[in-house]
Amino acid sequence: MKDIMNKEVDDRKEDAIVTEKQLLPVQLNVNGKQYILHLEPWTSLLDALREHLGLTGTKKGCDHGQCGACTILIDGKRINSCLTFAVMYQGVPITTIEGLAQGDKLHPLQQAFIKHDAFQCGYCTPGQICSAQGMLNEGHAYSRDDIHELMSGNLCRCAAYNNIVKAIEEVIETGQTPDAV
Amino acid sequence: MNRFTYTKANSIDDTLREVNADHDIKFIAGGTNLIDLMRANVEHPSHLVDINHIDLHAIQETAEGGLSLGALVKNADTAYHEHVQSRYPLLAKAILAGASPQLRNMATNGGNLLQRTRCYYFYDTATPCNKRVPGQGCSAINGFNKIHSILGTSAHCIATHPSDMCVALAALEARIKVIGNDGERVIPFAEFHRLPGDTPHIDSTLKPGELITSIELPSKGFETHYQYIKLRDRRSYAFALVSVAVGLELQDDYIQEARIALGGVAHKPWRDETVENFLNGKKAAEDAFETAAEMMMKDAKGFRYNNFKIEMAKRAIVRALVDARDLKTPEPLHCYTYNRHQQQ
Ligand SMILES: Cc1cc2nc3c(=O)[nH]c(=O)nc-3n(C[C@H](O)[C@H](O)[C@H](O)COP(=O)(O)OP(=O)(O)OC[C@H]3O[C@@H](n4cnc5c(N)ncnc54)[C@H](O)[C@@H]3O)c2cc1C
Ligand code: SF4
Ligand code: FES
Ligand code: FES
Repeated sequence: MKDIMNKEVDDRKEDAIVTEKQLLPVQLNVNGKQYILHLEPWTSLLDALREHLGLTGTKKGCDHGQCGACTILIDGKRINSCLTFAVMYQGVPITTIEGLAQGDKLHPLQQAFIKHDAFQCGYCTPGQICSAQGMLNEGHAYSRDDIHELMSGNLCRCAAYNNIVKAIEEVIETGQTPDAV
Repeated sequence: MNRFTYTKANSIDDTLREVNADHDIKFIAGGTNLIDLMRANVEHPSHLVDINHIDLHAIQETAEGGLSLGALVKNADTAYHEHVQSRYPLLAKAILAGASPQLRNMATNGGNLLQRTRCYYFYDTATPCNKRVPGQGCSAINGFNKIHSILGTSAHCIATHPSDMCVALAALEARIKVIGNDGERVIPFAEFHRLPGDTPHIDSTLKPGELITSIELPSKGFETHYQYIKLRDRRSYAFALVSVAVGLELQDDYIQEARIALGGVAHKPWRDETVENFLNGKKAAEDAFETAAEMMMKDAKGFRYNNFKIEMAKRAIVRALVDARDLKTPEPLHCYTYNRHQQQ
């Protein structure tokens, strides 16, 4: 790894050839587990999670930052995993939808989504739930208007929006706000 | 996406050492614009330098009483920073009007300045575009140009600069600190972005290989009378059709100083000092605001599908000036909701 990272500028032309064949090692810390992967630098974080780690809960909707289906948490803050490269996340704590439940015990947001029927096809749901957890961690949602605006990065093609907001409101109101993850 | 090599830079020196005229090098910060454009095959760098580990992550007070925003501070962290919220709420509000919470957690201050246009033809490599391939022609001038410019256009390009943050920075007269192999420079905001002219492939006056290190805000923040209005096809998570940033300094009912910058109407955030000078010293009243809006749109020209922007901009200018004048209490800026401070 050191070799690849610290190449001198002068032999970049050679690097191009070497690196195409040579994968970059990266250590990903996902849901508390450490994984060592060897990835092409253009592998998105989303593809690394889905294709290399088999964590297919995180969904690919648009691959352009326009839908939120790929939302995951980096150090507790939400991002779109499609618009970033996996090699940029060496050692950073990553949480995906798979990391929210505790064993068989569902996360309060998961429970509330079921109770309020906050999805139809379910494709956007992992992103919605991770985004909602991110919103709670970030601490800027004080009203229903705030939830509307601060959840706008997650589209739902089935338009389950009203119930998504109800589910999130319930988690906030009943004070079962989960610990930051 | 094209194949490329990748290195991490740990310092400014590291980064500048990577700059080499023989290679198509790009810096990657949040990646939210660059990766999108690489996926569309619009950008195809042969080498990426990851600049995220350079120490440009601080927001600090400056000797002149202003605030320095590190180039790598995330847009969200900038908007929620206590000094930005209290002293530059116009900037906080504009940032929070942009993109989505996820994207604002990724996007950096430097990257936001250099994001490229959202012109559909620029993204679509099957259609001619002078910005993508100089000399190819512009598909938008006679095409579907709903999101395009009405001011400062050229026969070669009518694209807009899509940023919200930059509209507020223009109104605040920020300065951009950059460093390159020829040394450091400070670029006044009005000179940072450029008009398309006959070289629309060049968005800014940043030279190839130069790194943005910070955005410097002057001490004056217009924190008592300001407004950012963003008009778009949906209420959130969409680029501006028209946006207006206003800062007013009032004494009794009179305007001491006015700043107006527009987004969504030109290749750069649009300011017109004649209009601001006209307002200075006037009573802060609707008739003066309406005259100002007319003046600001005097040379505006639509290209068919964007004709509506002229009237929309006039009304938004008047509305933003009225809102800024009438702003009584500092608003809580958790997030952008249109005219939030009037919605109790
Ligand atoms: C779906 C979607 C919706 C969006 N909506 C909005 C919106 O409504 N309003 C809005 O304002 N923006 C919006 N954006 C754009 C977003 O704000 C930009 O993509 C973001 O600010 C770019 O920052 P970045 O750090 O990710 O840049 P990158 O993608 O990393 O870089 C962008 C460019 O800047 C260069 N660069 C980055 N940092 C530096 C530096 N320090 N010095 C020199 N060069 C540098 C890179 O080389 C690259 O060319 C949206 C984006 C998406 C994907
Ligand atoms: S408006 Fe500019 S960016 Fe759009 S097609 Fe014309 S030249 Fe390209
Ligand atoms: S897949 Fe990432 S935002 Fe749509
Ligand atoms: S439940 Fe189908 S997209 Fe949201």
